[in-house]
Amino acid sequence: MPFDLAFVWAGLIAFAVLTYVVLDGFDLGIGILFPTGRSRDDRDVMMNAVAPVWDGNETWLVLGGGGLFAVFPLAYAVVMPALYMPITLMLLALVFRGVAFEFRWRTERWKGVWDTAFFGGSTLAALCQGIALGALVQGVEVQGRAYAGGWWDWLTPFSVLTGVALVAGYALLGATWLVLKTEGPLQDRMRRFAFRLGIVTLAFIGVVSLLTPFQDPVYFQRWFSLPGSLYTFVVPLLMLGTTWLLYSGLHQRKDLQPFLAALGMFVLSFIGIGISFYPMMVPPGLTIAEAAAPDESLGFALVGALILIPIILGYTAYAYWVFRGKVRVGDGYH
Amino acid sequence: MEHLSAETLARAQFAFTVSFHIVFPAFSIGLASFLAVLNGLWLRTRDGTWLALFDYWKKIFAVAFGMGVVSGIVMSYQFGTNWSVFSDLAGPVIGPLMAYEVLSAFFLEAGFLGIMLFGREKVGDRLHMFATAMVAFGTLISATWILSVNSWMQTPAGYAINDAGQFIPVDWLEIVFNPSFPYRLLHMVLAAYLTTAFVVGGVGALHLLRDRGDATARRMFSMAMWMAVLVTPIQIVAGDMHGLNTLEHQPVKVMAMEGHYDSHPDGAPLILFGWPNAAEKRIDYAIEVPKLSSLILKHDWNAPLAGLDTVPDADEPPVAIVFWSFRIMVGIGFVMLGVGLFSLLQRLRGRLYDTPWLHRTALAMGPSGFIAVLAGWVTTEVGRQPFTVYGLLRTSDSLAPVAAPAVATSLLMFVIVYFFVFGAGVFYILRLMNRSALTAMPGDDEGPLRAAGPVSRPHKDGEAHHAV
Repeated sequence: MPFDLAFVWAGLIAFAVLTYVVLDGFDLGIGILFPTGRSRDDRDVMMNAVAPVWDGNETWLVLGGGGLFAVFPLAYAVVMPALYMPITLMLLALVFRGVAFEFRWRTERWKGVWDTAFFGGSTLAALCQGIALGALVQGVEVQGRAYAGGWWDWLTPFSVLTGVALVAGYALLGATWLVLKTEGPLQDRMRRFAFRLGIVTLAFIGVVSLLTPFQDPVYFQRWFSLPGSLYTFVVPLLMLGTTWLLYSGLHQRKDLQPFLAALGMFVLSFIGIGISFYPMMVPPGLTIAEAAAPDESLGFALVGALILIPIILGYTAYAYWVFRGKVRVGDGYH
Repeated sequence: MEHLSAETLARAQFAFTVSFHIVFPAFSIGLASFLAVLNGLWLRTRDGTWLALFDYWKKIFAVAFGMGVVSGIVMSYQFGTNWSVFSDLAGPVIGPLMAYEVLSAFFLEAGFLGIMLFGREKVGDRLHMFATAMVAFGTLISATWILSVNSWMQTPAGYAINDAGQFIPVDWLEIVFNPSFPYRLLHMVLAAYLTTAFVVGGVGALHLLRDRGDATARRMFSMAMWMAVLVTPIQIVAGDMHGLNTLEHQPVKVMAMEGHYDSHPDGAPLILFGWPNAAEKRIDYAIEVPKLSSLILKHDWNAPLAGLDTVPDADEPPVAIVFWSFRIMVGIGFVMLGVGLFSLLQRLRGRLYDTPWLHRTALAMGPSGFIAVLAGWVTTEVGRQPFTVYGLLRTSDSLAPVAAPAVATSLLMFVIVYFFVFGAGVFYILRLMNRSALTAMPGDDEGPLRAAGPVSRPHKDGEAHHAV
């Protein structure tokens, strides 16, 4: 088909999810690193490095969920029950860390409670997202138009591995974001964290990449026969290139380069998953075309998306521009 | 003893999470508009009282909005986790509307919220005003789309059904502007404004009771009471129109609201109060006004009105819940009108700020909007039962294939977390409200910026003064 709406929408949903992962990734990563803030001033600065933009970052998660509901309702209807527990835990974790942005400024006595909520919520949300991804890679059992597995199917050694991997990856994004947004001893510490987290993240990416082809014969075929096996060389090479950029940036004490390199690592991992999945929406059996809503729904939603997403990107970029530069102690309205 | 089925638990979970959620948007829709007005008045008059009020309510807004966001993220996944069959079947119609809500409203609010809260010094007054207006506009767009979705579930239109049993869109205009949508939208937006007005009025009243001279309290109380006296009558008329629309499209819901178990061929009574008896299918101890229901609903004393005896039992909503929640909503509406008129009387006599009884009443009425909003939603949502898509898709056929223990576990977690987290949030909001907005008034120690009067603020970051 010359212009396949379902395919276009699969690309847009993938874009929304990727945008969510990189934006809320550094946002959650700062939460994961929160206990490493040594003083109250450190923690204030760490939180204020994302406070003006966190809400927008999490809106991409709503677009991922709402968008899936709108254009791939069958995929949404199958995946949500399959990932019932990790999704529910993730949502509750996001409640804790989301309210902490306001609550911790409103109390002295309970400030520690909300600091802990910010850390715990961010970490649990990251872990659950990684587990959900791992469970999805392993495949979802479908019969007819519904999920046919149990409510503990998502919990496997592989999904726990991807969960921990994502926590490390988000922490790397958070550390590099703080390298960009802070200065002085806090920045130095984050630079050292980024250094170590980069190694850990890369190790996790390696292990998960090696295990993924064995989760489903289709993935194995994809990666180890032509033309897919070309990617088997290209993607790891690019990964090594971005890793080099990460370390040269950290070494030369650059502000922005480490963050962009960490983003690059996420984008490449995401492309890798995309290569494994395509043309499945929900492996092993539900394709993009099968899961799609009728063209009337796809077309109507696409008009809005094509007009509004560029505008959203525009004012989101503007908001980031307004709050550019280093965050200092005492910034914020509280 | 009836065991708790996955359906009952899933319904309880949706009711619980959506009820907690709606409280925050109901407040922030009105408050966002109020903030835009306050900021506009400050820019126009450069009267520091307006700025103090803006900064005061801004903090409260930030806490409430944060809770609205996180409880709202939960809602966007509740459809799939607990109602996946409904999602699969209704998704092609209502999914795109919700996608439009995210794209046109949530991003707008989130994108400009940071600038509204943190950015006055960074972007200057004009852009800050623009951001504040965009946040308010975003809340209204959001309400528009989600009420369109809800209305479509109540009065579906513009659809066809395909081989897989999915509702598929035929005419988007008919879908978006389905029969009950305009009435529901108007009724809900007015409800949100009234809810906020009574909260603002209650806070103003509290501080007037402590200090009649509190300039900030006087202003917010006066504004709130103008809203009460002007908007409540409009809301009562809008509610009546919404009710007539419901009678046309969902007559069974109105039968439950009215408590009409029996048909009345020559004029139905208006049952003011009574005790619905589901087993005997009658209202016990009914206090009723003969023929008044027919007059209200049909504008004719003797118009016949059908009762629930014409409806199969399997298609009836739970009457007692709908009956009571409707009376709570209407009752609060009329008390609001009374407060508005009382305030108008005292205003005309020049005693608006000197009538402790008015202030005590307004203080007690502070949370009344929330109760009315919840009661109204219970009326319309429980009244839609036993269907998710009215008349077409039963609630029992909408459920996700998730085991009851999983639903029970998650329900328990939601209850514990919500009471803990939102309890703390409400406590912080109440504590902010307990302070007078006078504490936010610009004083001598606030730096040269405000002492210098109506000068434009520095636009470059770095130099800007940050209020603590």
